[in-house]
Amino acid sequence: MREAGVLTTARRGFRAGPVTGVWRTRAVLVAVVTAVLLVLVAAVNLGRGDFPIPVTEVVRILLGGGDPADAYIVTELRLPRTLTGAFVGAALGLSGALTQAVVRNPLASPDILGVTDGASLFAVASVVLAGGAGVSGLAVSPVGTPIAALAGGLVAAALVYVLAYRQGLDGFRLLLVGIAVSSAAVSLTTYLLVSANVQQAGQVLTWLRGSLASRSWENVVPAGLVLAVGLPLAIVLAFRLAALELGDEAARGLGVRVDRARAGVVGVAVVLAAVATACAGPIRFVALVVPQIMLRLSGGSRPPLVGSALGGALLVVAADLVARTVLGEAVPVGVVTVVVGAPYLLYLLVRRTRRRTV
Amino acid sequence: MTALADRPAGTRVPRGRRPALVVGIAVVALLVAMVLSVVVGAALLSPVQVWAGLTGTGADQTVAIVQDLRVPRTLLGALVGIALGVAGALMQGHTRNPLADPGLLGVSAGAGFLLVVAIQFLGITSLYGTVWFGFAGAGLASVLVFALASLGGSRAGGPTPVTLALAGVAVSELLIAITSALVLRDTSSLDAYRFWSAGALDDKDSLASLQIAPFVLAGLVLAAINAPGLNVLALGEDTARGLGHHVGRARALGIAAITLLAGSAVAVAGPISFVGLVAPHIARFFTGPDHRWLLPVAGLGGATLVLVADVVGRLVVRPGELQVGIVLAVVGAPFFIALVRRRKLARL
Repeated sequence: MREAGVLTTARRGFRAGPVTGVWRTRAVLVAVVTAVLLVLVAAVNLGRGDFPIPVTEVVRILLGGGDPADAYIVTELRLPRTLTGAFVGAALGLSGALTQAVVRNPLASPDILGVTDGASLFAVASVVLAGGAGVSGLAVSPVGTPIAALAGGLVAAALVYVLAYRQGLDGFRLLLVGIAVSSAAVSLTTYLLVSANVQQAGQVLTWLRGSLASRSWENVVPAGLVLAVGLPLAIVLAFRLAALELGDEAARGLGVRVDRARAGVVGVAVVLAAVATACAGPIRFVALVVPQIMLRLSGGSRPPLVGSALGGALLVVAADLVARTVLGEAVPVGVVTVVVGAPYLLYLLVRRTRRRTV
Repeated sequence: MTALADRPAGTRVPRGRRPALVVGIAVVALLVAMVLSVVVGAALLSPVQVWAGLTGTGADQTVAIVQDLRVPRTLLGALVGIALGVAGALMQGHTRNPLADPGLLGVSAGAGFLLVVAIQFLGITSLYGTVWFGFAGAGLASVLVFALASLGGSRAGGPTPVTLALAGVAVSELLIAITSALVLRDTSSLDAYRFWSAGALDDKDSLASLQIAPFVLAGLVLAAINAPGLNVLALGEDTARGLGHHVGRARALGIAAITLLAGSAVAVAGPISFVGLVAPHIARFFTGPDHRWLLPVAGLGGATLVLVADVVGRLVVRPGELQVGIVLAVVGAPFFIALVRRRKLARL
């Protein structure tokens, strides 16, 4: 397949410690542009609100200067929300890129590994069951739901992994088991939703659409930490991912321990998605669509890792900006990511006539 | 289709009677499930009473329960199950993706969207009315997906599997997002929507199966015509074209069949996604990838799954019941996982 062949004839490879790769000018360009856009959108987002602050002032505050009152508003009130959005988006984008590459399916996302639906089930249960029976004070509190979501995501993913493991981890079997476990979790969630009273149902439905409202530094830290660990790990795993893409036999021939590599990639993807879901609710669309958008922008044969992380962050922060300024706070950010992201993917699909395998 | 297309080059001629045997077993399983669905319910009736009810000789109440409630519901469940099973198999065949379900074409999302619009803006609440809106929404969404995917597909013949799948996801998600934004503003449509989206066979007009039967039938005919062509498409689009197949036409035919089947099922019973996703996989374990056998078995299996789940839903919380969409995945998932673990995987 011809890809960006106009720009380079022979690509230079590079190696830095455990990281090897090929220099793709276009992919790097796309990543840089995305990063710049991300910073711009984030700055605008920080300035917007009941008390508008100009972008230049925002930048000055972020660099350590500025008026103390404005600084308080930006760093204490608005920054956590924007950072949570950026970190969650990045984690989801990266997680999606890893999942799609490892199972070689453009429709795959961490949802398929059971993470999102398991997290949703536990979170909804924590609202509906605890709220209805008034049992546990911990579970109803805002701290309870994220912890329940995190636990649910990890439990469901572990279940999928264990059930799919049979003399090694087969990508196709992983998908099928993932479908079954997620469907069961979705069903139980729907059952809870139907049996809940209508206020709880509304509250749960809002959570299920993903929200960044009233996030504090408590949400920023876990998302930031998991990203700080996950991104380098993913980059180190990238070579193995490229080998897996050639098929199990070829990867073995290249000296990759296939099962271990696949388990590693899946593990990183699961933890990233679970933490992201715990922080902001299931913002489903990002992990599915951002890798596909970035793949179409950067070229190559599988979704770019860093590019997908940046793209995810940009999509979520931009969606938050649109939600806050145009649509009003009532619309959850999960809805807006779709409204912003889906038309763009459609545009890319219509514009490009090239065929892709992943 | 010509005799040549019936046995396209490259597809294996079925060995002996085995596929026919599988179809036979699937038919028997469906019949058993239908009988169970008529006999079991909140009101305890003996098989003798049920028979009297069926023939119209029993007590008035029994006749009413059997003829007006259980039989229509059983027929509807079977119809919905067949439609979703066949539509799922077609969808997985056309996108060549094991994750594809009939909803991927935007059918469920479109139906839900227009349903909420009908309730919220037009004040339509009758079941009979909302079914037509659901059906129209399903049709419009799938036409939109197919058009967008065709624009993005290969120049020569219709959308490629990947563009079809991605366009479907994008349109579906967009519609679901708009729907849930609409629903969050209004409690009455939230209530209608959350029950519709759970997927259920109860509380339906007893005419519901008559309403959708013609569409399902038309869809099944189109699916049958599409099956041999789908086998050839599985070899890859270029090979199919080289063998003299009109790829674009086969795709359009398949999409029309999926829209009719899944659209009518979703419009009455809500998005029961699990059947369309899993019934084709289960069928493929037994028939292999030949769509001429896969499609009927997926349909029969889908119907059996729906009816069994419906019966279980009536039993577990008697005298109340659980919606079939909820029971399906909870009951079906362990069974499916066991199958996935034991059987050698039949890939698409």
